[in-house]
Amino acid sequence: MNSTSTHFVPPRRVGIYEPLHQIGMWGESFKSNISNGNMNTPSHLIIPSHQKLDNNLSEDTSHGTAGTPHMFDQEASTSRHPDKIQRRLAQNREAARKSRLRKKAYVQQLETSRLKLIQLEQELDRARQQGFYVGNGIDTNSLGFSETMNPGIAAFEMEYGHWVEEQNRQICELRSVLHGHVSDVELRLLVETAMKHYFELFRMKSSAAKADVFFVMSGMWKTSAERFFLWIGGFRPSDLLKVLLPHFDIMTDQQILDVCNLRQSCQQAEDALSQGMEKLQHTLADCVAAGQLGEGSYIPQVNSAMERLEALVSFVNQADHLRHETLQQMYRILTTRQAARGLLALGEYFQRLRALSSSWATRHREPT
Amino acid sequence: MDKVVRMSSEKGVVIISKSSCCMSYAVQVLFQDLGVHPTVHEIDKDPECREIEKALMRLGCSTPVPAIFVNGKLVGSTNEVMSMHLSGTLVPLVKPFQANLC
Repeated sequence: MNSTSTHFVPPRRVGIYEPLHQIGMWGESFKSNISNGNMNTPSHLIIPSHQKLDNNLSEDTSHGTAGTPHMFDQEASTSRHPDKIQRRLAQNREAARKSRLRKKAYVQQLETSRLKLIQLEQELDRARQQGFYVGNGIDTNSLGFSETMNPGIAAFEMEYGHWVEEQNRQICELRSVLHGHVSDVELRLLVETAMKHYFELFRMKSSAAKADVFFVMSGMWKTSAERFFLWIGGFRPSDLLKVLLPHFDIMTDQQILDVCNLRQSCQQAEDALSQGMEKLQHTLADCVAAGQLGEGSYIPQVNSAMERLEALVSFVNQADHLRHETLQQMYRILTTRQAARGLLALGEYFQRLRALSSSWATRHREPT
Repeated sequence: MDKVVRMSSEKGVVIISKSSCCMSYAVQVLFQDLGVHPTVHEIDKDPECREIEKALMRLGCSTPVPAIFVNGKLVGSTNEVMSMHLSGTLVPLVKPFQANLC
């Protein structure tokens, strides 16, 4: 019963999320537990036998063998309205569950690769000692991921890949409901899901910053065009407002006033953080240049320098806090429909940036 | 703790910070941008620095520095100040202490 379609594909090559296709893949693993909200015990899965997964995923054969997902059956008895919401909730839950499973599988693969790398490094060391010339560093581009073996960063990169997939799916959904007819209740749910998705990214970045703050600061996990606009590990909150604002047609006087105030306070907060960062750079430079340069000695007060670097983590966190609060305030000021349109515009803006990065990367490859 | 009470109960906006803390500097810049000149107490050279930090944490600060007080009341740390500013509640709070900007 093993299906070869479960061979893991690196996140960046996976296309736009298609819920129906994915449900088909995991079809036999649905059971009524899912629609009852019990996500803790996944049923049997179609997995290649060579992939070792966590104990939680071991086969559980005592459940229904019907091929069709039971959760759809339950909709017949409820009225139309909650129907769609239940379906969406179930889809979201399923997407999250799939994401968790993929993550587990990938981490296992990473562990194996890591061990292999250690072996290779040891061989290289031996070769160097014996006097053979060996080049420095691995070509990071060929691996496609960060050259660090920091597990926190590896996990973040993988999670980010899934985050982008989910983002794309949400954007598609927003676009289609805004072009059709959708109730305010349903729209609100979509908006809140989208907001929570951004907040989830900030949480992920906070963990990654603890693992390696320079990685987050470098923006290496983003595409090249996105990196051009980088401000303390992400987008500028004031840029966010610039992208969103032209899309709101009718605004009340109070809204206009609130938005104006938000723009100003956002800019002021950003400027304050930027100046704090500048001060950090100056003090670190002073620290590094202290004592006698030219004597071949180390930084006289290394602890001091290390403390400065620790402070970077708080700046990255504070910048994300600003992004969080800016989104939160926009949500408070706008109507549900305006917020939905704003989030769609913002999502598409980042999609365009990512697409631009791809175009740029491949611009010399056109056949003549 | 006496020192904390004494420092924090001064009139206007009081920031307890450290000379090495760049986040404290960022908060100072923000207040200055709003036309407020906060009183800044730098505790890193103070012999009781550790006790002061502990006292601030007990008062409810997520990080000991910067700790921002307005008229004796603890506003919080950087997080709280930023949230308040973006939600529009910081300016009304510090309005009485804004220097005359002609």
